[in-house]
Amino acid sequence: MIRSEILREIAPILRDQLVVCNIGLPSQELHMIDDQPTNFYMLGTMGLSSSIGLGLALSQDKTVISIDGDGSVLTNLGTLPTIANNVADNYILLIIDNGSYGSTGDQPTYAGMKTSLTAVAKACGCENVVECQDVDTGKVLQAALDSKKMTIIVSKCDSGNIKLPVITKDPVVIRDRFMTAVAS
Amino acid sequence: MSISKKIVDDLVANDVSFITTVPCKQLAGVIEEVEEREEIFHIPANKEDEGMGLCAGAWMGGKRPAIIMQNTAIGVTINTLATLTQFYRMPLPMLISYRGELREPVACQVEMAVHTKALLNQLNIPTYHFHKEADADELDAILKYTFMCNKPVAILTDASFWGGYGDQ
Ligand SMILES: Cc1ncc(C[n+]2csc(CCOP(=O)(O)OP(=O)(O)O)c2C)c(N)n1
Ligand SMILES: [Mg+2]
Repeated sequence: MIRSEILREIAPILRDQLVVCNIGLPSQELHMIDDQPTNFYMLGTMGLSSSIGLGLALSQDKTVISIDGDGSVLTNLGTLPTIANNVADNYILLIIDNGSYGSTGDQPTYAGMKTSLTAVAKACGCENVVECQDVDTGKVLQAALDSKKMTIIVSKCDSGNIKLPVITKDPVVIRDRFMTAVAS
Repeated sequence: MSISKKIVDDLVANDVSFITTVPCKQLAGVIEEVEEREEIFHIPANKEDEGMGLCAGAWMGGKRPAIIMQNTAIGVTINTLATLTQFYRMPLPMLISYRGELREPVACQVEMAVHTKALLNQLNIPTYHFHKEADADELDAILKYTFMCNKPVAILTDASFWGGYGDQ
């Protein structure tokens, strides 16, 4: 499966949670598949989806799912020790690991070579780290939600993209709509 | 009252309850004070852009955040300031040690000091410079201003403000 197929499959699970979605195609795909006020779309700032989600989870009680990419986690690897040492049981980091910088044309990342983000997350001290195959992402995500334990999921999938439009919503509108949903 | 305590008192009085830090020698006292306060959740970051991501999330979660960092971090965080904090219009007080100014013992610090105000100016970031201890009297107003306008705001604190660098 490619990222958009995973997002399509887990959309019914995501729609009831607060979601912080990674820059580029992941946000565009989620926006097209199931736009919700509970979605915060990143329009830039590669690497910070996990950090924004953690800050949000630590500041209120609702469950937060950060959807991240392997390339973005690699660019902000410092996030994993921070997550490990500031446990928020209402926080799930879902890394869609397609082994590439998908949004910029599928250039390979080191996560698709020798580097295991699962092993890195564990070495950083993260306690519940689950690596799964693309087809099992929904099942694993639901189990993580049910466990009410902070969980890092690394979903291994194929690289590949679909054609779709950019998000033209104003960032302040995205943010304000999201904050209203957070506070509701 | 120590200046670090006064600064943190102002942060607490303005309801700032989520603070991320990356240390600088000059900021050791204020970071220690932040760590001690029950009203504040202190979350050390590994890099300042990561810290700004945490602050963005905290603010959307209903908390008032702040970041404490060295001026060299302006070089690290320009993309985040422009594409996250400013683009989504979020407030962020930045208490910054202004290294590389008068009394600086480390030559390399001067290299970013000469760019600090120019970069902040280029980013249209409101910037305040604390040089004497009494300058901190404005901190309360600066914090209110930051959360009124939803912008990142820089508070540069130089070595003279902190009373030099101690014995060298
Ligand atoms: C600082 C910075 N460098 C590069 C880019 C360009 N860029 C945007 S998305 C992206 C790829 C992200 O890859 P990944 O996180 O694995 O997500 P994927 O698209 O594969 O799902 C890159 C390199 C950027 N936006 N910002
Ligand atoms: Mg990728």
